[in-house]
Amino acid sequence: MKVELRASPFGPLLELGCYQAGLDQRLPGQYGAMAIFIGTMRDFNEGEAVRGMTLEHYPGMTERHLQRIVEAAFQEWPLLDALVLHRIGALRPNDPIVLVAVWSAHRAAAFAACQFIMEELKSKAPFWKREETADGPRWVEHNTPG
Amino acid sequence: MVVHIKYFASLRDRLGRAEDRLDAVGEVTVAGVWAALWPETPLPPNTLTAVNMEYAGPEQSVRDGDEVAFFPPVTGG
Repeated sequence: MKVELRASPFGPLLELGCYQAGLDQRLPGQYGAMAIFIGTMRDFNEGEAVRGMTLEHYPGMTERHLQRIVEAAFQEWPLLDALVLHRIGALRPNDPIVLVAVWSAHRAAAFAACQFIMEELKSKAPFWKREETADGPRWVEHNTPG
Repeated sequence: MVVHIKYFASLRDRLGRAEDRLDAVGEVTVAGVWAALWPETPLPPNTLTAVNMEYAGPEQSVRDGDEVAFFPPVTGG
């Protein structure tokens, strides 16, 4: 299991490839399913163009809650491994914000756990988005329902 | 006792500072910490609160050395 905050842009597919190469050595032949979610920055929100975004977090609390969310997924489903990366700092449109990947023997657990981690992260992990628009910066007040 | 306070995101911007310190005497709750520091300003609705990096309700008591945080709804992911 790996949970990390990243202060600079990352390539989710590259990260996934590297991580899975390690997984193949640790758990050869065991997983039959991998589910991934990649969240990416849009250049629009609530009807306005967005040029950039800053992701603030609560150092210590954010890491603790992300870790706990992933551990809760392991309690709920028979998972083999999980990888969660989340950006902090300054982002541009198209930059990946979050990567959630889970591995399990069968697809049902992988699909369910991946969605669970993402929804829990959205509602519990202390991150805040501040968008740069033509009218200046604005804080995102709530997440979209899904 | 001493309580360390942190504010984040839009709430920090509104208040104009990121941290506070409260020297309190006797029992104090999370809501009491806010009231002592911001007697003129009601806690904005939807504000989330944490004690020592765990989500906490307004009635949770605060101990010497605790870190209390106030922040708006989270918007990660």
